[in-house]
Amino acid sequence: MTSLTCTLLIIGAGPGGYVCGIRAGQLGVDTIVVEGQKPGGTCLNVGCIPSKALIHAADEFAKARSFAGENELGISAGAPSIDLAITVAWKNGIVKRLTGGVSGLLKKAKTRYVQGQARIIDGKTVEVATADGPARITCKSLVIATGSKPFELPFLPFGGTVISSTEALDLETVPQKLAIVGGGYIGLEIGTAMAKLGAEVTVVEAAEHILPQYDAELTKPVLARLKELGITVHLSAKAKGLSEDETALVVDLGKDEIDILADKILVTVGRAPVVDGFGLEDLGLSMNGKFIATDAYGATSMRGVYAIGDVTGNPMLAHRAMAQGTIVAEHVAGLPSVWDKKAIPAVCFTDPEIVTVGALPGEVPGSVAAVFPFAANGRSMTMERSDGLVRVVYDPSSELILGIQAVGAGVSEMAGEFSLALEMAARLTDLGDTIHAHPTLGETTQESALKGLGRALHI
Amino acid sequence: MKILAVKLPDVGEGVTAAELVEWHVKIGDVVREDDTLAAVMTDKATVEIPSLYSGTVTWIGGEVGDTLAVGSDLVRIETDAEAPVSADLADEPARAPEPEGVVPTVEDAPVTASEKPVAPAGKVIVAVKLPDVGEGVTEAELAEWNVAAGDIVKEDDVIAAVMTDKATVEIPSLYSGKVVRLGGSVGEVLAVGSDLVLIETDAGAGSSGNTPSPEAPAATASKVDAAKPAVQPVARPSPARASAVPANGAPRAEGQPPLASPSVRARAREAGLDLRQIAGSGPAGRITHADIDAVFDMPRRSPGQAAPPGRAARTGTEEIKVIGMRRKIAERMALANARIPHITVVEEVDVTALEELREKLNAGRGDKPKLTVLPFVTATLAKAVLDHPEMNAHYLDDDGIILRHAAVNAGIATMTDAGLVVPVLRNAEALDLFQTAAEITRLSEAARTGKAKRDELTGSTFTITSLGPLGALATTPIINHPEVAILGINKMATRPMWDGTQFVPRKMMNISASFDHRVIDGWDAAVFVQRIKSLLETPALIFMET
Ligand SMILES: Cc1cc2nc3c(=O)[nH]c(=O)nc-3n(C[C@H](O)[C@H](O)[C@H](O)COP(=O)(O)OP(=O)(O)OC[C@H]3O[C@@H](n4cnc5c(N)ncnc54)[C@H](O)[C@@H]3O)c2cc1C
Repeated sequence: MTSLTCTLLIIGAGPGGYVCGIRAGQLGVDTIVVEGQKPGGTCLNVGCIPSKALIHAADEFAKARSFAGENELGISAGAPSIDLAITVAWKNGIVKRLTGGVSGLLKKAKTRYVQGQARIIDGKTVEVATADGPARITCKSLVIATGSKPFELPFLPFGGTVISSTEALDLETVPQKLAIVGGGYIGLEIGTAMAKLGAEVTVVEAAEHILPQYDAELTKPVLARLKELGITVHLSAKAKGLSEDETALVVDLGKDEIDILADKILVTVGRAPVVDGFGLEDLGLSMNGKFIATDAYGATSMRGVYAIGDVTGNPMLAHRAMAQGTIVAEHVAGLPSVWDKKAIPAVCFTDPEIVTVGALPGEVPGSVAAVFPFAANGRSMTMERSDGLVRVVYDPSSELILGIQAVGAGVSEMAGEFSLALEMAARLTDLGDTIHAHPTLGETTQESALKGLGRALHI
Repeated sequence: MKILAVKLPDVGEGVTAAELVEWHVKIGDVVREDDTLAAVMTDKATVEIPSLYSGTVTWIGGEVGDTLAVGSDLVRIETDAEAPVSADLADEPARAPEPEGVVPTVEDAPVTASEKPVAPAGKVIVAVKLPDVGEGVTEAELAEWNVAAGDIVKEDDVIAAVMTDKATVEIPSLYSGKVVRLGGSVGEVLAVGSDLVLIETDAGAGSSGNTPSPEAPAATASKVDAAKPAVQPVARPSPARASAVPANGAPRAEGQPPLASPSVRARAREAGLDLRQIAGSGPAGRITHADIDAVFDMPRRSPGQAAPPGRAARTGTEEIKVIGMRRKIAERMALANARIPHITVVEEVDVTALEELREKLNAGRGDKPKLTVLPFVTATLAKAVLDHPEMNAHYLDDDGIILRHAAVNAGIATMTDAGLVVPVLRNAEALDLFQTAAEITRLSEAARTGKAKRDELTGSTFTITSLGPLGALATTPIINHPEVAILGINKMATRPMWDGTQFVPRKMMNISASFDHRVIDGWDAAVFVQRIKSLLETPALIFMET
């Protein structure tokens, strides 16, 4: 058996693990990253990037379709068609470029990469099944960055027509009828794209709202758009299982039960942390529900063992995993880094998009919100999308900004300003007195701050 | 508004130039008449230069380490005040604040370690000084801190424990308020009268006049004025506007998280500072870089320079200019060591009898200052040189002359904030023990506060050096050129001594004496040391008229 030693061993090369590996390498820590599948993890291979690629292709296709009909821009074009197999091949090309990029970045940081499924022997020893046989790696510090996998419903096991997001992002033909169980962001992102590509989409959500963690002010424009796209949304509805002939999804609507005909059933009811099957249980780490409990340094209950990313809980987002990876690498290198972030932005790439950073209205006692609609923004009109709004939540006595949210086409790119405002402890005046270029969507952020100050200009 | 200059005044004794050793102000500071602007050093003494006007500093005349001629501009101040008729700057009242016509921002100015904590509006920063902890003790070792920077203390709360020769003493706070700086770390020896902690307290609390700035202990009693804008250290706008920036240093309500940008947070982390303990002066109570500057009183570090705690390797070097007093000391030491071939003799002395005598003498003293060992040593020396006049001498090596002195002028090596100073106890042979003790206390206090007069710092004929409780087993003292000998006092300890039949506990103290081997032979050195030893062991001999 090959044996290797290192100071820092990271299991999983998702955004948490690979960023931790790069940062540790930069700091001169002798580091090995072990990955069972492909570098980049969920995010690059079957998550963030592939889904955004599919959404982009679907948007372009929808645009082309709109030009085939009557439109306000006076563009006329023939009826488009799409070969999804080519689209998927294009998407796979991007993924390949990015995963190759991750390997290159690790190499540049002088961090070693070992391909193979890891099995934890103890807090300082890991065995990896590599292509050349088993390898034993001993380390001083261990990082668990094994991420998450789609949550499987026992009465709707994956296989056949029942698929997870992973398969949905790899379909070579557009399903005619797509039923989606779970109206969270992953289900709605893929559902919207599929509807734009021509599928007949039905969403089944158990809660009373889609995107249950957001408030109605933010989800209303999304719901309106889903309707426009012809997507049927069943709220307070429970998926029961497949019909006997496996051609339909049985749904309990409360008063009655219906069958939704579907040739694919996408289950997106959340993601489960990968915390078993590779020896982690034997470490007996303190857990936080089904997640690994960690402190502000990313340390678990066992000395020298850290955890980052989706295994550590919500929000399960790539940029959170990256930030945690950075802190753990720096901590292991002896720097005084600690988790002291004010906010983790979250984006739904639905249509329109939703961005949330910091406190929602009502979350902080005494806070108030100022809202400015895109309907009063010139740039929005020129892009034919004046649905949506920007909302600033603030403390009226100090003007301190506590949270910023937006819903609208293209608002994902405004997330940076929102987060920066929170991290810098900006006040309404800081946003309101900053010149925002005209005509841009960002002016809406400035105007919402001015509105809070009682001096909005364009409303 | 006009701009008036404060010139480097005649600092005495026909001095024509002086070296800048410390700035108390920087460009943009608001000063008041009589506030100390800078400290300059002449041959021996350090002199603080007060401001003649109230106003805003727009220009400073040099960097620490520069030498300025008497009569040249030290600082220029934008003020409403009238210039004295004699001020010749009146010729050029409209002079631009900076030669290039640019008002430099504070960030451009060198950030010196002398930056004072700045009190928010309505607050003043006052010092709790290390009090006289008894027995004529002149310094004490910090044994324990009971507070940390940022702690809220109440009057009479114990803030620290200090250890003197004999006892550990707890020091209570004289004020209620927030601790903004500690005067040292555990293990450090502080002089009596030096700042133990600085406390930010409500204005008026420290109006006793006993509230000096941290850099000038007891020197000028200048309050860090609440009128100073709290945002000053990073104030970018012109000085005039800076003073209009409102200060907002109110502590946060319980449980409210601190507000600070990521770079401020990172800096606090690197400095090991808990932001929850710091009041923010920025908008909405935001903690700014200036607030951190104020608390930690340190120049900005770029992130890369951060020293990681724990076992990580530290990198980087710090450049410290050898200037002022330190340079003088360095020159004198180098001279002494280069010219004088030293011979050092170490001997152990049984001071049990001396300690008994000292205790008896002290017992009847009540509240009056008590005797330390030093007056006994001084008296011993005065006695010993009667038989050894060659020891109480100056060797003027350039002239090839030895000057034997009748008077015993004992130099008392004294540690001060600025470094080693040797005040001189004149005619030690003519003083009794208590007079000697009183004079030593007075001189060392004067030396520490920089108030020693020039003739109190010159003319020693024989130097005594003692590090008190840090006195070690033996030292190799460097002779105070042009003297020919120096006596070092080492630490006293109870040790088992063999009396011929058994071990008995005796109070033992070593002495380490160095001699100029050019003019003192080893034999004579040894005989002199034996004489000192026998006098100290039988103290009655010291006081016998023989
Ligand atoms: C469809 C979809 C869309 C998403 N969109 C977004 C988005 O827009 N924005 C966003 O921020 N987040 C998004 N996410 C979430 C994001 O992908 C995750 O939060 C992120 O990937 C978590 O990173 P991680 O490093 O914790 O784990 P992962 O990315 O899951 O990586 C874990 C890695 O560990 C490896 N591994 C596991 N066990 C072992 C073992 N025993 N030995 C060796 N290797 C092992 C796995 O193979 C995997 O590569 C999306 C997720 C999905 C599914």
